[in-house]
Amino acid sequence: MRSEVLYIIIGMTLVTYFTRFGALALFRFTGVPIWLNRWLKYVPVAILTSLIVPLLLSPKGYLDISLYNDYLIAGIAAAFVAYKSRNIIATLGLGMSVMFVLKLL
Amino acid sequence: MLLSNLLSGKNELAEEVWVALRECTPVVLGVVPFGITCGIMGLTAKMSGIETILMSVFVFAGASQFIGITMLSAGITGWGILMLTTLLVNLRHLIMGSSLAPYMVRLPFPLQAFLAFFLTDEAYALTISRIHKTRYSVPYQLTVSIVLYLVWVLATITGVVLGSYISDPLTWGLDFAMPATFLVLLIPLLADRISLIVFAIAAVVSVIAALYLPGKWYIIIACLIASLIGGLLEGDSEHAQ
Repeated sequence: MRSEVLYIIIGMTLVTYFTRFGALALFRFTGVPIWLNRWLKYVPVAILTSLIVPLLLSPKGYLDISLYNDYLIAGIAAAFVAYKSRNIIATLGLGMSVMFVLKLL
Repeated sequence: MLLSNLLSGKNELAEEVWVALRECTPVVLGVVPFGITCGIMGLTAKMSGIETILMSVFVFAGASQFIGITMLSAGITGWGILMLTTLLVNLRHLIMGSSLAPYMVRLPFPLQAFLAFFLTDEAYALTISRIHKTRYSVPYQLTVSIVLYLVWVLATITGVVLGSYISDPLTWGLDFAMPATFLVLLIPLLADRISLIVFAIAAVVSVIAALYLPGKWYIIIACLIASLIGGLLEGDSEHAQ
């Protein structure tokens, strides 16, 4: 184990932990302010959307709204199943199947 | 709050753990190809197997590990630049931490500090959707966190061990498992007008930002703008009533 890599791993560990614990440590004594609470209400929708949509619309780093974009097609299929079933296993199963077939084509 | 949660009987505890295991299984399956890829990437970046595995054990952050390993393999070994990159890539966790803070600040300090280590995108998504469905649950978050952690480490080890024998699993389209599982968590949240507006804004801003900004900035920018507008709309409709 090289010490250079060890220092990098230790540093990344501390920085990552800071981002995960920072907000909790900050609000521990004050509680979460009301104005922030209102703002935070829509964070789940906003963050899930921004995690998902770019992966589907620009999987290769450029905008690709076409039938050749496997991620978009499989994503639309998965969204439909997710809406109808609300079931993770059904959504994943069908989404991955569509993805697999598209990759084979 | 916590005590009543813990003391309200073994059955409820077992139930929460069971629900958590059931709900996190598909998400966990989505994590496996990323962990394997992480192991393979570490080797191709001339890191030793043990270095690659220890990075997963301690850092436990997929995106920053990928970027860190890529920078190392490109010969960028400056400590400062690697830390700054890690910070920027992980800033989104500050927002997730704030979002869970109203529930988690009531917990004992050591438990908060412990749970915070495991606050990944996946653990956040599962925990917050559990809150929306029923209520905040420590056993649920704990179960999901630890399963995701163990699978991430084991998948990295698998990648390191099998690295030279298998091709990168992400080229098979297995990386689609992650957005697919997040879709199931997102769609039930889109139940009212403001949520749909927030969704539309986040979608447009994140795609544009992903095309023009480096790293994970698109998540932070889109999340801040869309959730802020959601909060303002919420405030307006309260005044109107």
